[in-house]
Amino acid sequence: MSINASGWRPEAPVAGGKASPTVTGNKGLMLEEALIFEIGDSETTGVDFASSPSPLRGEGPSGTSLGSLARTTPIGLPGLSEPEAVRHYTRLSRQNYGIDLGFFPLGSCTMKHNPRLNEKVARLPGFADIHPLQPVDTVQGALGVINELAVWLIKLTGMYGVAMSPKAGAHGELCGILCIKAALEARGEGHRKVVLVPESAHGTNPATAAFAGFTVEDIPATAEGRVDTAALKARLGPDVAAVMITNPNTCGLFERDMKAISDAVHAVGAYVYCDGANFNAIVGRVRPGDLGIDAMHINLHKTFSTPHGGGGPGSGPVVLSEALAPFGPLPFTARYADGHIALIEEETAGDEHPHTFGRMTAFHGQMGMFTRALTYILSHGADGLRQVSEDAVLNANYILRSLEKTLDAPFAASGPCMHEALFSDNGLADGFSTIDVAKGLIDEGFHPMTMYFPLVVHGAMLIEPTETESKAALDQFIGALRSVAERAKAGDISLKSAPHFAPRSRLDETLAARKPVLIWKDPGLAQAAE
Amino acid sequence: MRYLPLTQSDREAMLGVIGAASIDDLFVDVPEAARLDGPIHDLPMHASEMAVERHMSALARKNLTAGEAPFFLGCGAYRHHVPASVDHLIQRGEFLTAYTPYQPEIAQGTLQMLFEFQTQVARLLGTDVANASMYDGSTACWEAIGMARRITKRGKAILSSGLHPHYVSVAKTMAKFTGDVLETATPTLSADTDLETLIAAIDKDTSCVVVQYPDILGRIADLTPLADACHANKALLIAVVTEPVALGAIKSPGEMDADIVVGEGQSLGVGLQFGGPYVGLFGCKEKYVRQMPGRLCGETLDADGRRGFVLTLSTREQHIRREKATSNICTNSGLCALAFSIHMTLLGEKGLRTLAQINHHGAASAAARLAQVPGVELVTTTFFNEFTLKLPQEARPVVRALAERGILAGVSLGRLYPGEASLANGLVVAVTETTSAEDVETLAAALEEILA
Repeated sequence: MSINASGWRPEAPVAGGKASPTVTGNKGLMLEEALIFEIGDSETTGVDFASSPSPLRGEGPSGTSLGSLARTTPIGLPGLSEPEAVRHYTRLSRQNYGIDLGFFPLGSCTMKHNPRLNEKVARLPGFADIHPLQPVDTVQGALGVINELAVWLIKLTGMYGVAMSPKAGAHGELCGILCIKAALEARGEGHRKVVLVPESAHGTNPATAAFAGFTVEDIPATAEGRVDTAALKARLGPDVAAVMITNPNTCGLFERDMKAISDAVHAVGAYVYCDGANFNAIVGRVRPGDLGIDAMHINLHKTFSTPHGGGGPGSGPVVLSEALAPFGPLPFTARYADGHIALIEEETAGDEHPHTFGRMTAFHGQMGMFTRALTYILSHGADGLRQVSEDAVLNANYILRSLEKTLDAPFAASGPCMHEALFSDNGLADGFSTIDVAKGLIDEGFHPMTMYFPLVVHGAMLIEPTETESKAALDQFIGALRSVAERAKAGDISLKSAPHFAPRSRLDETLAARKPVLIWKDPGLAQAAE
Repeated sequence: MRYLPLTQSDREAMLGVIGAASIDDLFVDVPEAARLDGPIHDLPMHASEMAVERHMSALARKNLTAGEAPFFLGCGAYRHHVPASVDHLIQRGEFLTAYTPYQPEIAQGTLQMLFEFQTQVARLLGTDVANASMYDGSTACWEAIGMARRITKRGKAILSSGLHPHYVSVAKTMAKFTGDVLETATPTLSADTDLETLIAAIDKDTSCVVVQYPDILGRIADLTPLADACHANKALLIAVVTEPVALGAIKSPGEMDADIVVGEGQSLGVGLQFGGPYVGLFGCKEKYVRQMPGRLCGETLDADGRRGFVLTLSTREQHIRREKATSNICTNSGLCALAFSIHMTLLGEKGLRTLAQINHHGAASAAARLAQVPGVELVTTTFFNEFTLKLPQEARPVVRALAERGILAGVSLGRLYPGEASLANGLVVAVTETTSAEDVETLAAALEEILA
């Protein structure tokens, strides 16, 4: 009988045999939680106020008035006292998987450790408690953060300028594409309507190009998982505005021909947009500016460790070439020789920045993410960031080589991968697919990899370990994935109903889409209405 | 390096498994000319936690914070007290370090929270449905204009002069590239909104009218006649709410038959943060749900028949529809939505109504006091917690002079509308529960001195 390091005997039988279902639905520490609408009410509040003013009527004090607009009907908001609220959200949180709990190898999402110093710094009142429209003399430190981060991003990428205001990766893509459109129009070449996008691209790429009024055309991939350079070059012409390339690409491979592609694109008068979602693979080792890129967004919430927060907020600054920088959005910062930092807005853009395409968002971008990203960057320094990409790439290759005999790795023969390892579902038993492997991994205590993306590989499993995982963590994951994959190859039927040990079993997405229930309705009222 | 767990012997052992002689062998696909042979020059090396904190704290200290000064700024970002438990809860690692809930079995915490958020937002805005958040109010506003174009198949949007000028700028930027026609105007320093002008401007080509409520000068007006006029011409009414606390005191735009209601949710839970990250609110009538941008969370059942939640109607979205998606948005503002939702849950109906009362009473008293300053005129008569004063001189230098005295006095309309002489004397003043009577007295006394 084996006993593990903590003295626990895995084979110990449950006393009395099978457990009976509980009346609460809870299972020990796995706790069910009702909706706030089911536990709260309109009378309870978790906030005390110093004063309790007289109720609002049409007539307020001092001759002012809400007129006929004073609210007369209830809003329907439930309240909870502080202890109830803390318990509600704590219980909900425990139904979530996060990086803090374990390995989260979601390809293309760079789920690295989120340092807590970043959180502490972002909460300093000097950053958290300042208003975006304060006189600029009262926010020199905040503008200093934006400026310092901008300098880092420019130097790390070898580019000419950077637009800081985009709110997330897709917003950054839009920023870059709008710069390209503005540059073309300024040249009198607004007739260029086609944006070429490799079929392995993130969905945001074609969506962004279409949003900006371009026609999107696909470029195929080679059998090696890279852009078909010959096909791309053949399609270039006077109607092409830009090419959007992800490098390293979504197959986890570096586009070897990047410089040649850029040169060819520039030769026909078009621009190169690079999706920088995978910058973590090359930060500190390769500068996109040396590859002929004109614009690239950087997901601060990927490469620079700002937390994903269950779906944002992100932050997507865009580095720009000298050709595109004049068209970048407002506002931005400018440091003068005396150390004063100016905020260039509509009013001050004037002669120095006459070609700007305008404003993409109210205010200055994701300041709370800038403080976190700068804190992360200063912690690593130029040497540490180089180590980041090296370890990220090392970890991914370790996974690739440890699993290539178990799972089909379509591009493994062509050489090393970058920061993520790609497998397909070829070789699994009939009727078994990537989703079954993913759900099996949930039972083993891991967050699954990215599934069914990129589209160029059948049943893609895209695994991005990041640099913040230890060798022991990787070994444990590799062992678990090997076991699950062997079960899927052997046709183990129990995988089809996995996960078995998660807060929920597989959820019916078809039902959710067919009869959408998007908000809670009081069942009593709903019944009365029928 | 404290964030990197691999040891040198780990790295060597792993290279052995991979069959590579060195790390450089893993970068063979990078053309030699593009490989850097060492750390980028001219940048500092790694630093201790203490050193970094010291550097960042020094930058933070260069800012005058709202908490240190009598503070009256609004115009799209408001200072409210956020209960301590909100910030504690959003920092739980299971919320903070989770991703978009693509694996719903292990993301029910985020998904249930989003379902609750959607319901709270829909009830607050008075709409049938709401989505799981946008980047912020300004981008939500533009997305609503695009949605109205898709629904009505018309390309002309009429923007109220009371719409936040940054929101107008964002819409103008986007319209340049999409070909939408925008009719815009600058506001006038008067008590009346431009409702009548908007109604008169609607025609058969109008996709939507966009109106802010309360507007940039703090004014509120009944939107019902505008909604009727829109609907008579088969156009949509889009209402923009930049101060959601207001809806604790005044009717929601949905109650006045607005078709799409968007907002900036920063007031609740999020904090000022120098402009971001914030959280965009987006609600609409149920019949338009399939034209909505952004993520939607929906209720369903799991294989064992238990209630659960998933992201749904994704066929609108970029990762499925690619170039045919309703928007290119992917990552939104999940953690800020959580902060909003927790703050709203702590307030509840009773707390939000009380908070709104305190804000309105405070603003009304402040307006009355400041209007007594010689030469100062109160422009807005119907408002919630923000009003506009007309000073006897340009407001920008006055704001700067007050900042030098440690008073953050409000937003000068000269800052928002540079070059508009008719607005240069306007000062927009916001008052919330964080503003004390002493703060108001300090501002009034300083104004009297400066204007004397």
